[in-house]
Amino acid sequence: MTRYVVRRVLLLIPVLLGISIVTFAMLRLIPGDPAQIMLGEHATPDAIARIRERMGLDQPIPVQYVRYLGDVLRLDLGNSIKTNRPVTQEIAQRLPATIELTMGSMLVACVIGIPAGILAAYRHNSAFDLATMVTALMGVSMPVFWLGLMLAYVFGFKLRLLPPSARLTVGVSLPSLPEAWGLGESYAASAWGSKVVALLEFLSGFHVLTSVLTANWEALKDVLSHLILPSIALGSIPMAIIARMTRSSMLEVLNQDYIRTARAKGLRERAVLMRHALKNGFLPIITVIGLQLGALLGGAILTETIFSWPGLGRLVVDRILARDYPAVQGSVLMIAFMFVIVNLVVDVSYAFFDPRIHYE
Amino acid sequence: MTRTGSGGESEAESLARFAHRRETRSSLVKDAVERLVRDKLALAGMVIIGVLLLMALLAPLLTPYDPIGQEILKRRQAPSAEHWFGLDDLGRDILSRVIFGARFSLQVGVVSVSLAILVGAVIGAGSGYLGGWVDTLVMRLMDIMLAFPALLLAIAIVTILGPGLMNMLYAIAIVSIPAYARIVRASVLMVKEQDYILAARSVGVPPTRLLFRNVFPNCLTPLIVQATLGIGTAILDAAGLSFLGLGAQPPKPEWGAMLGQGRYSMFTAPHIVIFPGIAIMFTVLGFNLLGDGMRDALDPRLRI
Repeated sequence: MTRYVVRRVLLLIPVLLGISIVTFAMLRLIPGDPAQIMLGEHATPDAIARIRERMGLDQPIPVQYVRYLGDVLRLDLGNSIKTNRPVTQEIAQRLPATIELTMGSMLVACVIGIPAGILAAYRHNSAFDLATMVTALMGVSMPVFWLGLMLAYVFGFKLRLLPPSARLTVGVSLPSLPEAWGLGESYAASAWGSKVVALLEFLSGFHVLTSVLTANWEALKDVLSHLILPSIALGSIPMAIIARMTRSSMLEVLNQDYIRTARAKGLRERAVLMRHALKNGFLPIITVIGLQLGALLGGAILTETIFSWPGLGRLVVDRILARDYPAVQGSVLMIAFMFVIVNLVVDVSYAFFDPRIHYE
Repeated sequence: MTRTGSGGESEAESLARFAHRRETRSSLVKDAVERLVRDKLALAGMVIIGVLLLMALLAPLLTPYDPIGQEILKRRQAPSAEHWFGLDDLGRDILSRVIFGARFSLQVGVVSVSLAILVGAVIGAGSGYLGGWVDTLVMRLMDIMLAFPALLLAIAIVTILGPGLMNMLYAIAIVSIPAYARIVRASVLMVKEQDYILAARSVGVPPTRLLFRNVFPNCLTPLIVQATLGIGTAILDAAGLSFLGLGAQPPKPEWGAMLGQGRYSMFTAPHIVIFPGIAIMFTVLGFNLLGDGMRDALDPRLRI
């Protein structure tokens, strides 16, 4: 098992290098001078020359790439042209929002998709089965951004049940963890203190976690109400796929001899389903959940745009339109890294769910 | 005089064997078509795609109004007897734009998938056939492409090429290449080491003939299924890119672009976003139903 994990991590390195090459090449492939592109049409020749020297754009391409790789490894992704802030800082600020949305969507997808799939398999060929499968098919065919617009219109505007945008209502107070725990400036001034405060500031980006840790129940209610609609929109496709895969996997398992034996022994139907059928049919479901987790990172781009969710996906879209290429480059790199690492973690976790898989 | 074929059989016997083989092959196709036609959901998918094709081909005859003609004074008008789907925020007839939009969606879906299959087949076949470091390098490149979420990679490519319908089409095609390359490569690997292939190569049969005669028929089933489902995915991706302003540019009546432009008026005129979204959903549903049906018909073992 350890050898498998080490081998997979080592195999990841060429893929991560490849990702860095693609993101490096992005800016260089855009027609025109990268320095001019970054500074815009009205940049002076002096400013262009300074940027070229600062970014090493006058060096040969391999030298530029090595320099870029070194910067990436030191977590230096350059400065945003629009805000002049370090791109790493902007990403750190928005990453928790995307992760929170992704986790919320996967929770919605599993909580609805898995039971729906189990019931559809249990009541195979019934009206419920047909309705579930048709709904699932429509779910995978529906554009995520259209579903988001419809949800925002119906529940946010017409019925006014849930907020249709942002993460927090204006006026609801959610202090960051350092503020809530009274970690003052004197603490932050020390070497270790500043690192702890920085970590806590990053974790404060997870609003659900922050409101729970600070027992801020009013904020928690508000945060969750903002999370529901985008999670349903983003989770619709994984929900449909998980429901279909659960149904298919359960159908296969429910026809096995050991299920017939369990029923013949007199076990209650619930025990047959949960203890025997679901456990054995779970691996394909885990496979699909894992694959969808990665796909959610890409789908978040559109959902975040619809709901004005301040995540990484929205950063990519906003900054492309603003031609802020360092920010786009850094965000694309970060999303791709996360995608690959999530897939690796999911792959490796299969061994925990199925002891029959031998990686040695 | 009766000529003999291989193994001492007569010409009549040889012809009978050939006829049986042809009949068996055509009965396999016939079986698949029969299974497909019996599948009600697949039939529904074919009907939807048929309607879409008709809409695309006969758009100028079907549309009651000019899809880019504006009636600014009546903008955002709700659906009425005169304008069945209402007017958008520039006073354009939404029904006409939805009908014309079928052309763009079909064009992007079919052309991007065709390009992806063409390039993917060459890459997969070449990589699988040559093997060694070429295969390793090419497959690592495919892995790197698959390391990016598809929409994100498409956005990155469109950023480089510039927004527009054709650039979006190329971006979606590029993003789809790895899937088809893998399918063809898997077929090549399966067939490559067979004795009859080694025998054919040793007598000098050109590799291209081997590929067309032996490899591609093997990967036809998964390619057809993946292509049909892939058209649906391509249409969704195209709608997403156009929604973000990176695909079809105004005033082209592309469904995703209509949603992108219409969302700012959504709360006062929801009909602007309802109908293009329904059109996208039914189109993709049609291809998904047909793709699922084809998978069940061509290889029931793959049934979900």
